[in-house]
Amino acid sequence: MSEALAGDKARLDRDFSELYRAHLRDVYSYSYYRIGNHHDAEDITEQTFLQAYRHYERALRESEGRPLRPWLIRIAHNLAANYYRDRSRKPQTHLDDAEAYSAPHATEDLVEGREEVSEVLAGVANLPDDRREALIMRFALDMDNREIARALGRSDGATKVLIHRAIRQLEHELASEEEVKG
Amino acid sequence: MSDVERLLRNALVPVEPSGAMSDRLERRLSALTGAAAEELAEWELSSMRDPRNWYRPAAAVVVGGAAAGALVVVRARRGRKQEGGLRALRREAGGVAKDLRQRLGR
Repeated sequence: MSEALAGDKARLDRDFSELYRAHLRDVYSYSYYRIGNHHDAEDITEQTFLQAYRHYERALRESEGRPLRPWLIRIAHNLAANYYRDRSRKPQTHLDDAEAYSAPHATEDLVEGREEVSEVLAGVANLPDDRREALIMRFALDMDNREIARALGRSDGATKVLIHRAIRQLEHELASEEEVKG
Repeated sequence: MSDVERLLRNALVPVEPSGAMSDRLERRLSALTGAAAEELAEWELSSMRDPRNWYRPAAAVVVGGAAAGALVVVRARRGRKQEGGLRALRREAGGVAKDLRQRLGR
Protein backbone atom coordinates (compact mmCIF):
# COMPACT_ATOMS: atom_id res chain seq x y z
CA MET A 1 0.00 0.00 0.00
CA SER A 2 2.79 2.43 0.93
CA GLU A 3 4.58 1.65 -2.34
CA ALA A 4 1.39 2.43 -4.22
CA LEU A 5 1.12 5.77 -2.38
CA ALA A 6 4.73 6.66 -3.14
CA GLY A 7 4.18 5.65 -6.77
CA ASP A 8 1.09 7.87 -7.01
CA LYS A 9 3.02 10.75 -5.49
CA ALA A 10 5.90 10.34 -7.95
CA ARG A 11 3.46 10.17 -10.88
CA LEU A 12 1.64 13.29 -9.68
CA ASP A 13 4.94 15.18 -9.35
CA ARG A 14 5.97 14.12 -12.85
CA ASP A 15 2.63 15.24 -14.28
CA PHE A 16 2.87 18.52 -12.45
CA SER A 17 6.38 19.12 -13.83
CA GLU A 18 4.99 18.65 -17.33
CA LEU A 19 2.14 21.05 -16.63
CA TYR A 20 4.66 23.58 -15.31
CA ARG A 21 6.94 23.29 -18.34
CA ALA A 22 4.03 23.48 -20.77
CA HIS A 23 2.41 26.55 -19.23
CA LEU A 24 5.04 28.63 -17.47
CA ARG A 25 5.13 31.07 -20.38
CA ASP A 26 1.31 31.26 -20.51
CA VAL A 27 1.00 32.08 -16.81
CA TYR A 28 3.82 34.59 -17.02
CA SER A 29 2.44 36.28 -20.15
CA TYR A 30 -1.01 36.53 -18.61
CA SER A 31 0.38 37.98 -15.37
CA TYR A 32 2.61 40.41 -17.22
CA TYR A 33 -0.14 41.82 -19.45
CA ARG A 34 -2.53 41.92 -16.51
CA ILE A 35 -0.19 43.71 -14.10
CA GLY A 36 2.11 45.60 -16.48
CA ASN A 37 5.51 45.04 -14.87
CA HIS A 38 7.93 42.13 -14.71
CA HIS A 39 8.59 42.25 -10.99
CA ASP A 40 4.99 41.71 -9.89
CA ALA A 41 4.31 39.36 -12.82
CA GLU A 42 7.10 37.14 -11.49
CA ASP A 43 5.54 37.17 -8.01
CA ILE A 44 2.13 36.23 -9.36
CA THR A 45 3.58 33.48 -11.55
CA GLU A 46 5.43 31.97 -8.59
CA GLN A 47 2.38 32.11 -6.36
CA THR A 48 0.23 30.60 -9.10
CA PHE A 49 2.41 27.50 -9.45
CA LEU A 50 2.89 27.09 -5.70
CA GLN A 51 -0.86 27.23 -5.19
CA ALA A 52 -1.44 24.95 -8.16
CA TYR A 53 0.95 22.37 -6.70
CA ARG A 54 -0.95 22.32 -3.42
CA HIS A 55 -4.29 21.69 -5.14
CA TYR A 56 -3.08 19.72 -8.13
CA GLU A 57 -4.39 16.30 -7.12
CA ARG A 58 -7.93 17.59 -6.61
CA ALA A 59 -7.87 19.65 -9.80
CA LEU A 60 -6.72 16.62 -11.76
CA ARG A 61 -9.55 14.53 -10.31
CA GLU A 62 -12.19 17.18 -10.97
CA SER A 63 -10.99 18.08 -14.47
CA GLU A 64 -12.07 14.65 -15.78
CA GLY A 65 -9.37 14.72 -18.43
CA ARG A 66 -9.95 18.27 -19.65
CA PRO A 67 -6.88 20.54 -20.09
CA LEU A 68 -5.70 22.27 -16.92
CA ARG A 69 -4.53 25.49 -18.51
CA PRO A 70 -7.81 27.35 -17.77
CA TRP A 71 -7.50 26.28 -14.12
CA LEU A 72 -3.95 27.65 -13.93
CA ILE A 73 -4.96 30.91 -15.55
CA ARG A 74 -7.91 31.20 -13.18
CA ILE A 75 -5.51 30.97 -10.23
CA ALA A 76 -3.36 33.72 -11.78
CA HIS A 77 -6.54 35.74 -12.46
CA ASN A 78 -7.60 35.52 -8.79
CA LEU A 79 -4.13 36.44 -7.56
CA ALA A 80 -4.03 39.43 -9.92
CA ALA A 81 -7.47 40.52 -8.68
CA ASN A 82 -6.19 40.35 -5.08
CA TYR A 83 -3.12 42.31 -6.12
CA TYR A 84 -5.31 45.19 -7.30
CA ARG A 85 -7.71 44.94 -4.38
CA ASP A 86 -4.96 44.88 -1.74
CA ARG A 87 -2.95 47.71 -3.22
CA SER A 88 -5.76 49.73 -4.80
CA ARG A 89 -3.87 49.72 -8.08
CA LYS A 90 -4.93 49.98 -11.67
CA PRO A 91 -3.24 48.17 -14.56
CA GLN A 92 -0.23 50.01 -15.96
CA THR A 93 -0.79 51.45 -19.40
CA HIS A 94 2.95 51.57 -20.06
CA LEU A 95 4.45 48.13 -19.86
CA ASP A 96 8.03 47.34 -18.85
CA ASP A 97 10.34 46.63 -21.75
CA ALA A 98 8.54 43.61 -23.22
CA GLU A 99 10.97 43.20 -26.11
CA ALA A 100 13.73 42.05 -23.77
CA TYR A 101 11.76 38.90 -23.03
CA SER A 102 9.29 38.42 -25.84
CA ALA A 103 9.45 36.35 -28.99
CA PRO A 104 11.85 37.86 -31.54
CA HIS A 105 10.61 40.24 -34.24
CA ALA A 106 12.53 41.46 -37.27
CA THR A 107 14.19 44.79 -36.46
CA GLU A 108 12.32 46.76 -39.16
CA ASP A 109 9.00 45.39 -37.88
CA LEU A 110 9.85 46.59 -34.39
CA VAL A 111 10.69 50.09 -35.57
CA GLU A 112 7.62 50.42 -37.77
CA GLY A 113 5.20 48.86 -35.37
CA ARG A 114 6.42 50.22 -32.05
CA GLU A 115 4.04 53.17 -31.91
CA GLU A 116 1.14 51.08 -33.16
CA VAL A 117 1.84 48.41 -30.55
CA SER A 118 2.02 51.01 -27.76
CA GLU A 119 -1.36 52.39 -28.78
CA VAL A 120 -2.94 48.95 -28.86
CA LEU A 121 -1.49 48.01 -25.47
CA ALA A 122 -2.66 51.28 -23.96
CA GLY A 123 -6.12 50.64 -25.44
CA VAL A 124 -6.19 47.12 -23.98
CA ALA A 125 -5.11 48.41 -20.56
CA ASN A 126 -7.99 50.89 -20.57
CA LEU A 127 -10.67 48.28 -21.29
CA PRO A 128 -12.91 47.01 -18.49
CA ASP A 129 -11.24 44.15 -16.56
CA ASP A 130 -13.22 41.26 -18.04
CA ARG A 131 -12.74 42.45 -21.63
CA ARG A 132 -9.02 43.05 -21.12
CA GLU A 133 -8.54 39.59 -19.59
CA ALA A 134 -10.43 37.89 -22.40
CA LEU A 135 -8.26 39.60 -25.03
CA ILE A 136 -5.04 38.68 -23.21
CA MET A 137 -6.15 35.04 -23.08
CA ARG A 138 -7.20 35.01 -26.71
CA PHE A 139 -4.24 36.80 -28.28
CA ALA A 140 -1.26 36.37 -25.90
CA LEU A 141 -2.10 32.82 -24.86
CA ASP A 142 -3.99 31.71 -27.97
CA MET A 143 -6.79 30.19 -25.89
CA ASP A 144 -10.05 29.23 -27.60
CA ASN A 145 -13.50 30.37 -26.43
CA ARG A 146 -14.10 27.24 -24.39
CA GLU A 147 -10.82 27.57 -22.48
CA ILE A 148 -11.42 31.28 -21.85
CA ALA A 149 -14.94 30.51 -20.67
CA ARG A 150 -13.59 27.99 -18.14
CA ALA A 151 -10.89 30.38 -16.93
CA LEU A 152 -13.39 33.20 -16.42
CA GLY A 153 -16.18 30.98 -15.08
CA ARG A 154 -18.61 32.00 -17.85
CA SER A 155 -20.60 30.17 -20.48
CA ASP A 156 -19.14 29.67 -23.98
CA GLY A 157 -21.80 31.96 -25.45
CA ALA A 158 -21.21 34.75 -22.95
CA THR A 159 -17.47 34.52 -23.60
CA LYS A 160 -17.94 34.80 -27.36
CA VAL A 161 -20.00 37.96 -26.84
CA LEU A 162 -17.45 39.33 -24.37
CA ILE A 163 -14.57 38.93 -26.84
CA HIS A 164 -16.60 40.38 -29.70
CA ARG A 165 -17.47 43.46 -27.63
CA ALA A 166 -13.91 43.88 -26.42
CA ILE A 167 -12.61 43.92 -30.01
CA ARG A 168 -15.32 46.34 -31.12
CA GLN A 169 -14.62 48.70 -28.20
CA LEU A 170 -10.90 48.67 -28.90
CA GLU A 171 -11.50 49.24 -32.60
CA HIS A 172 -13.72 52.21 -31.78
CA GLU A 173 -11.17 53.71 -29.38
CA LEU A 174 -8.27 53.31 -31.79
CA ALA A 175 -10.35 54.92 -34.55
CA SER A 176 -11.25 57.85 -32.27
CA GLU A 177 -7.59 58.33 -31.44
CA GLU A 178 -6.71 58.40 -35.12
CA GLU A 179 -9.38 61.06 -35.69
CA VAL A 180 -8.00 63.21 -32.89
CA LYS A 181 -4.52 62.94 -34.38
CA GLY A 182 -6.03 64.04 -37.68
CA MET B 1 -9.03 38.31 -39.21
CA SER B 2 -9.93 42.00 -38.81
CA ASP B 3 -7.37 44.77 -38.69
CA VAL B 4 -7.73 45.16 -34.93
CA GLU B 5 -7.28 41.44 -34.42
CA ARG B 6 -4.07 41.60 -36.44
CA LEU B 7 -2.89 44.53 -34.30
CA LEU B 8 -3.75 42.62 -31.14
CA ARG B 9 -1.85 39.58 -32.37
CA ASN B 10 1.22 41.81 -32.99
CA ALA B 11 0.96 43.65 -29.67
CA LEU B 12 0.14 40.79 -27.29
CA VAL B 13 3.09 38.54 -28.05
CA PRO B 14 3.84 35.82 -25.50
CA VAL B 15 6.42 36.95 -22.94
CA GLU B 16 9.19 34.66 -21.72
CA PRO B 17 9.92 34.76 -17.99
CA SER B 18 13.50 35.48 -16.97
CA GLY B 19 15.85 32.56 -16.35
CA ALA B 20 16.40 33.75 -12.78
CA MET B 21 12.69 33.57 -12.03
CA SER B 22 12.32 30.09 -13.55
CA ASP B 23 15.32 28.84 -11.54
CA ARG B 24 13.96 30.30 -8.32
CA LEU B 25 10.50 28.82 -8.88
CA GLU B 26 11.88 25.41 -9.82
CA ARG B 27 13.99 25.36 -6.64
CA ARG B 28 10.92 26.18 -4.55
CA LEU B 29 8.83 23.52 -6.26
CA SER B 30 11.61 20.94 -5.85
CA ALA B 31 11.83 21.78 -2.15
CA LEU B 32 8.06 21.30 -1.86
CA THR B 33 8.02 17.95 -3.64
CA GLY B 34 11.11 16.83 -1.66
CA ALA B 35 9.51 17.76 1.65
CA ALA B 36 6.32 15.94 0.70
CA ALA B 37 8.27 12.80 -0.27
CA GLU B 38 10.26 12.92 2.99
CA GLU B 39 7.07 13.28 5.01
CA LEU B 40 5.61 10.27 3.24
CA ALA B 41 8.75 8.18 3.87
CA GLU B 42 8.79 9.08 7.57
CA TRP B 43 5.13 8.28 7.89
CA GLU B 44 5.71 4.92 6.22
CA LEU B 45 8.57 4.07 8.59
CA SER B 46 6.83 5.05 11.79
CA SER B 47 3.33 3.92 11.03
CA MET B 48 3.20 1.40 8.24
CA ARG B 49 6.12 -0.97 8.71
CA ASP B 50 4.88 -2.54 11.94
CA PRO B 51 1.14 -2.45 12.62
CA ARG B 52 1.80 -2.98 16.34
CA ASN B 53 3.28 0.52 16.39
CA TRP B 54 0.25 2.21 14.87
CA TYR B 55 -0.98 3.36 18.28
CA ARG B 56 2.23 5.35 18.96
CA PRO B 57 1.68 8.32 16.63
CA ALA B 58 -1.90 8.54 17.85
CA ALA B 59 -0.78 8.43 21.50
CA ALA B 60 1.88 11.06 20.79
CA VAL B 61 -0.76 13.34 19.32
CA VAL B 62 -3.04 12.85 22.35
CA VAL B 63 -0.24 13.36 24.90
CA GLY B 64 1.28 16.24 22.97
CA GLY B 65 -2.11 17.85 22.60
CA ALA B 66 -2.83 17.47 26.31
CA ALA B 67 0.56 18.92 27.27
CA ALA B 68 0.15 21.83 24.90
CA GLY B 69 -3.37 22.41 26.19
CA ALA B 70 -2.13 22.30 29.76
CA LEU B 71 0.61 24.84 29.03
CA VAL B 72 -1.93 27.14 27.46
CA VAL B 73 -4.06 26.81 30.59
CA VAL B 74 -1.06 27.64 32.79
CA ARG B 75 -0.24 30.72 30.70
CA ALA B 76 -3.85 31.85 30.57
CA ARG B 77 -4.26 31.51 34.34
CA ARG B 78 -0.98 33.30 34.96
CA GLY B 79 -2.06 36.06 32.65
CA ARG B 80 -5.45 36.39 34.34
CA LYS B 81 -4.22 36.79 37.88
CA GLN B 82 -0.73 37.63 39.00
CA GLU B 83 -1.31 36.64 42.65
CA GLY B 84 -0.09 33.47 44.27
CA GLY B 85 3.50 33.66 43.00
CA LEU B 86 5.54 30.51 43.31
CA ARG B 87 2.88 28.61 45.24
CA ALA B 88 0.22 29.14 42.61
CA LEU B 89 2.63 28.17 39.85
CA ARG B 90 3.63 24.99 41.72
CA ARG B 91 -0.03 24.12 42.25
CA GLU B 92 -0.80 24.58 38.56
CA ALA B 93 2.28 22.64 37.46
CA GLY B 94 1.24 19.85 39.82
CA GLY B 95 -2.20 19.86 38.23
CA VAL B 96 -0.70 19.59 34.77
CA ALA B 97 1.52 16.68 35.83
CA LYS B 98 -1.46 14.91 37.44
CA ASP B 99 -3.52 15.45 34.32
CA LEU B 100 -0.75 14.02 32.11
CA ARG B 101 -0.29 11.01 34.42
CA GLN B 102 -4.00 10.28 34.26
CA ARG B 103 -4.04 10.47 30.46
CA LEU B 104 -0.91 8.33 30.02
CA GLY B 105 -2.18 5.78 32.52
CA ARG B 106 -5.25 5.00 30.44
